[in-house]
Amino acid sequence: MVKKSSESAHSEYWKKNLKLIGKLLFIWAFVSFGLSLAFADALHGVLFPLPGTPLGFWFAQQGSIFTFVILIWVYAWRMNRLDDEYFSEGDE
Amino acid sequence: MDIQQWTAFLVGASFLLYIVIAIRSRANSTGEFYVAGGHVPPLANGMATAADWMSAASFISMAGLISFSGFDGSVYLMGWTGGYVLLALLLAPYLRKFGKFTVPDFIGDRYYSQLARIVAVICAIFVSFTYVAGQMRGVGLVFSRFLEVDITTGVVIGMCIVFVYAVLGGMKGITYTQVAQYCVLIFAFMVPAIFISLHVADWAIPQIGFGMGTPGQGSTILARLNGLHEELGFSSYTRGSGNTINLIAITFALMAGTAGLPHVIIRFYTVPRVRDARTSAGWALLLIAILYTTAPAVAVFARTNLLDTVYKEGQFQPHSSMPDWFNTWEGTGLIKFTDHNNDGLIQYVGEGAVDAEGLLLQNELIIDRDIMVLANPEIAGLPNWVIGLVAAGGLAAALSTAAGLLLVVSTSFSHDLLRKWLKPDISEKEELLAARIAAGVAVCFAGYLGIHPPGFVGEVVAFAFGLAAASFFPAILLGIFMKRMNSEGAIAGMIVGLLFTASYIIYFKFMHPELDSADHWWWGISPTGIGSVGMCFNFMVAGIVRSFTADPPQEVLEMVEQIRLPEKG
Repeated sequence: MVKKSSESAHSEYWKKNLKLIGKLLFIWAFVSFGLSLAFADALHGVLFPLPGTPLGFWFAQQGSIFTFVILIWVYAWRMNRLDDEYFSEGDE
Repeated sequence: MDIQQWTAFLVGASFLLYIVIAIRSRANSTGEFYVAGGHVPPLANGMATAADWMSAASFISMAGLISFSGFDGSVYLMGWTGGYVLLALLLAPYLRKFGKFTVPDFIGDRYYSQLARIVAVICAIFVSFTYVAGQMRGVGLVFSRFLEVDITTGVVIGMCIVFVYAVLGGMKGITYTQVAQYCVLIFAFMVPAIFISLHVADWAIPQIGFGMGTPGQGSTILARLNGLHEELGFSSYTRGSGNTINLIAITFALMAGTAGLPHVIIRFYTVPRVRDARTSAGWALLLIAILYTTAPAVAVFARTNLLDTVYKEGQFQPHSSMPDWFNTWEGTGLIKFTDHNNDGLIQYVGEGAVDAEGLLLQNELIIDRDIMVLANPEIAGLPNWVIGLVAAGGLAAALSTAAGLLLVVSTSFSHDLLRKWLKPDISEKEELLAARIAAGVAVCFAGYLGIHPPGFVGEVVAFAFGLAAASFFPAILLGIFMKRMNSEGAIAGMIVGLLFTASYIIYFKFMHPELDSADHWWWGISPTGIGSVGMCFNFMVAGIVRSFTADPPQEVLEMVEQIRLPEKG
């Protein structure tokens, strides 16, 4: 049972999905390759969020992993909501 | 009770638990054997995925690895977790919608080609066996150190346990034992970590403790550790070695490799709905993150404890003053002390370290990084039961991963090779029997590898990730997101990616290990990171070949359309 049946609704759903993936992957790349690796040296003098952790080091060994967890949950939450909007529940 | 009794008790109790679960969840059909009937709730699948993923390497070796490499060790932390973002956003929901049993199933159907299926099967089997060898070594290590049985006996016991639940229960048995194994391994990892954090930093949460100050001292733990590193001629703990391009390449290869590993991907076939695939990826990474954010803290504590033991108040310590754990591990050969200058002191220094008069110091201590997690409770003087718990946890991590990998091998034979290629008219009963026989043979072969480990286990791990990154990941990704990607493009891409990555690794790791240094690497990228480049070649070749070959047939285009939508087709 499709709520908004038709080809155009499907392609709209897909485009929204791609847009969300793009945004989240940008954050993923920025945090892991940017803050944690490329800019780590520049951030070495910043002691944050703990008094003993240089920021780049903290992102590389803690912050990036927390970010990854949040990204997946945001994606799951947003997409599951989008599914409900475009496709009725219980269909699979 | 002494250490050995506690260990025997806790290991025995955990094994009994796994067997009871296995007997209660026997598989009766190929659907149950391959994907647990597709009825696994998201949280349970998240726990099973976490146990499946966290291997002997994560549990035993990773904290030690970071402890010895400092900042540069971050590539493993990020690589082995960041891959889940790719998996959750780009692969898992669509593969769940596709809804078959294996990774070669998807590659073969999507690229309407038996050749593509067979290339995928060979990769899957190779990658899985590579990995299993490492797990069985972990089982042997734990048994020989803590229960003082020889490695062969240890591996045989481990094999029997895996045999029972993998052969009887298939995916169904494996899933529910993995849920139990996750609980055992995370408890076993966290208890000593919390104890050590309290001991060193006076904080119960290791993730906070390692960033705080040392009680009674002015400086923070990391500042003090960096200071010790500087005094002893090691490179800074919190700073990278400088080759950022290489670190990025390694991280990316590990991430894409993680997302492309078949034993992780098939876990997402076991949940009921597409939305459950997304949620269970969220649970999986959350549960993995508990260990992965604790490990770097443990690494810092272990490093500090170690340096404080051999180098107290600015003085190298005599060998005769070393504590019991030092002597025990020296007995296993995993700590080696060679007194080059015969002064009885343990000079533990980095390259180019000099003494007060400016004379060069020679390092006299070699420590196997695998012992850091196992020895940590002893180093910190924790109670005996904690040490026994660590042994049970290490075994849970190794066995859960081994079982997941063996299932991939067994389905590759019975489903991908027999049913889909050699003997399409096989009955379900025969297929199930074939799957069980294949699982049994695979367990024996894995055990053999554990007893007679090939000398190159460390090297082949680079292989497993590199190959998964350069072959599976791009092929599956293009199959979902590029509708017009055809069989010719995908196969050409996979072959080029595989050949390039494999030759680079073979050249530097096996043919000319003496050239394996930054001076000779292409673009300064190490063999561990070369999978990233192989993946780029795969994408490029696939795109070019596709542009002058025919579009995929109509039914494949429709199939891709269906995979993208969550509702039933």
